[in-house]
Amino acid sequence: MISELGHYALILALCLALVQSCVPIIGARRNDPVLMSVAPSTAIVQFAFVAISFAALIGCYVRSDFSLVNVFENSHSAKPLIYKITGVWGNHEGSMLLWVFILSLFGALVAAFGGNLPVRLKARVLAVQSWVAAAFYLFILITSNPFLRIAQPPLEGRDLNPILQDPGLAIHPPLLYGGYVGLSISFSFAVAALIEGRIDAAWARWVRPWTLLAWVFLTLGIAMGSYWAYYTLGWGGWWFWDPVENASFMPWLAATALLHSALVMEKRDALKVWTVLLAIIAFSLSLIGTFLVRSGVLTSVHAFASDPTRGVFILAILVLFIGGALLLFAARAPLLKQGGLFAPVSREGALVLNNLFLVSACGTVLVGTLYPLALEALTGEKISVGAPFFNATFAPLFVPILIAVPFGPLLAWKRGDLLGVAQRLTYAAAIAAITSAVIFAMEGGGPVLAPFGIGLALFVMTGALTGIVERMGLLRVPLATAMARARGLPRSTWGAALAHFGLGVALLGIIGETQWSIERIAELRPGQTISVRSYDLIFDDITTRQGPNYRELAAHFTVRHQGQVIGAMEPAKRDFPSRGTATTETALMTMGLSQIYLALGEMKADASVAVRLYYKPLVLLIWIGPIAMAIGGALSLSDRRLRVGAPKPARSRRVLAPAE
Amino acid sequence: MTRRQRRLTLIAGALLVLAFSAALVLIALKDSIVFFNSPTDLVQKHVEPGQRVRIGGLVKEGSLSRSNDLAVHFEVTDGANSVAVAYRGLLPDLFREGQGVIAEGVLDGHGMFLADSVLAKHDETYMPKEVAEALKKQGHWKEDYQKKIGAIPAGKGP
Repeated sequence: MISELGHYALILALCLALVQSCVPIIGARRNDPVLMSVAPSTAIVQFAFVAISFAALIGCYVRSDFSLVNVFENSHSAKPLIYKITGVWGNHEGSMLLWVFILSLFGALVAAFGGNLPVRLKARVLAVQSWVAAAFYLFILITSNPFLRIAQPPLEGRDLNPILQDPGLAIHPPLLYGGYVGLSISFSFAVAALIEGRIDAAWARWVRPWTLLAWVFLTLGIAMGSYWAYYTLGWGGWWFWDPVENASFMPWLAATALLHSALVMEKRDALKVWTVLLAIIAFSLSLIGTFLVRSGVLTSVHAFASDPTRGVFILAILVLFIGGALLLFAARAPLLKQGGLFAPVSREGALVLNNLFLVSACGTVLVGTLYPLALEALTGEKISVGAPFFNATFAPLFVPILIAVPFGPLLAWKRGDLLGVAQRLTYAAAIAAITSAVIFAMEGGGPVLAPFGIGLALFVMTGALTGIVERMGLLRVPLATAMARARGLPRSTWGAALAHFGLGVALLGIIGETQWSIERIAELRPGQTISVRSYDLIFDDITTRQGPNYRELAAHFTVRHQGQVIGAMEPAKRDFPSRGTATTETALMTMGLSQIYLALGEMKADASVAVRLYYKPLVLLIWIGPIAMAIGGALSLSDRRLRVGAPKPARSRRVLAPAE
Repeated sequence: MTRRQRRLTLIAGALLVLAFSAALVLIALKDSIVFFNSPTDLVQKHVEPGQRVRIGGLVKEGSLSRSNDLAVHFEVTDGANSVAVAYRGLLPDLFREGQGVIAEGVLDGHGMFLADSVLAKHDETYMPKEVAEALKKQGHWKEDYQKKIGAIPAGKGP
């Protein structure tokens, strides 16, 4: 009964989406306020119906209703409650339902908080949003319906893939989808603007908070996914340049570029056409990501099921929306009034440079991700494009961005003074250079990548601080004045500085982990010791434990640091009888920003066990960096001048507000 | 700077970055991609020793032997041909004889494949696509494996 309710609610949501797809568009064309006012109400009710549908599926999972194929295939009555709930999106059908849930949520948010939007733009944005929603409702109902019944319900379910039975499943997909799907709003704004044939700086002001919100989610989602892969796969890696990871990384790069170009458009009324194109590209990459992950063209833990009709359907959606939007762009872009040009050395110029490199980097990732698929389709030759390719292409393109990051916020709009900025960055550059030299000397020569990378990371970090220090006038004016100025700085300035600082932090972690990580593998008998740096791990014994739906073999290790016992680590192997599979549970010990990472290999009958041990210096910074970036984004989002729904500041105030 | 000059600077800069990234991609595509081969391909294509390749197939039944210091030897087969693989390290959880596997590494001069990474499937229903296709090509796509996939919805009860 609950499932029928959910099924029915989803069909009603589709009907509403179809209404919302056409009525407001006609209303906007005829300038009919009644027809246009349909959009906000349908968007909110549509969200309510999808929420009912989603809640119904969760209900079926919680009650272990195995009369649903979807629940039977992905749940088990002995599974802990949290995995019953998160298991809802741990499979293809459920994850698509989460996708449309978030999509309709964003639509409802625009309807509810878009009060300051011009009526016609709002009607069109919501209509475009509804086209996307309708396509995905149809996709779910036709090819991936989670509410299908089994005639004779089995007594027990097949359980969720054990790899997914992890708290990460509760956090990673919703965050990532918040980002993926959130970009649909920027897309809808772009398409609505193209339909309208008119675009101005105010448009960028409305789009930027939504893009920023999606970007914050995407940043956190990618970072969370990376940490999950790190602790669950047992290889100590945190980024594999896997197509599925790239699928989330490309929209992130495009969204980052979009945030910066929208800034130029908002402040200087320039780069309009480019910004609209980027908004289309960013969501197109999200759709490509959805296609890659959900269609079964790739085999990975993310590709839950490969059913050719699904792939074809998503491909059709992809072609329709990307092709349609690009055609519309080609037809309408020349009509958009071009903004002014500007000097190469200026804040705008720096942001263009940022865009150029970000988009190029994104392009290389796209080539590396799609080339194997294209080659296989055309020639049948199978290749794998892995880390070496991306290291050789992505890294050289990202280094110029990192060098430019501290310069950007210090340059003035319109006409910047590069020499002056360079002077202000002297301290930052000096700190970076001295640290590099010290590290180079400590390493005794050797590869220059580590000292260079650390220096670059410090330059980005201190450069971000320099911007704030300069604005406060610290060391130049009395401390009290500086503090007062700091309070007076707009939150978006703090946000941008924090996000740039986070970028440097992440780089520091990446260099530390990749350059100085130490790996040890060994076969140990009880009583034997394995050592890394000054840490000794003594293998005590193996114990067997019974979990709710698995059996666990845990190896107990005592960790000593220079003779002192500092703790214990218990890596384990879990055996899931319902799926006949096993997972490796790594043990982590955190010391400051570094970690000891211990994973089990095979266990032999004579009680010996193979282990893989890593010492990973600075590894936590890899994820602290993105968290700082996301907090920076959130801080910027809370800025009054950007806040969703905040009234437009009066013109006189805008002139008085400090330039960013 | 005149308007025209500014526009030209912008376009020239964009083209420069584009050319740079295109060059990077082309160089990297030449040097750092890894071809996938079945054991039969290895025999037929004369893969040079020292060239990085991926191989995939089933772990031959009874071929797995372990020696001290975590050294492992096994054979990967696609039914028609097989290749001996040497690996040192921890094998993935789902590495079993008779199951699909992908290994990356180089051939030495004596036809032994020195693997530096070994990947097995993610769960019991997943077979690496490359492996499945390599097996199908050799006509050794196991019927029973397919049946197993087909049989799952019918109930693998408690």
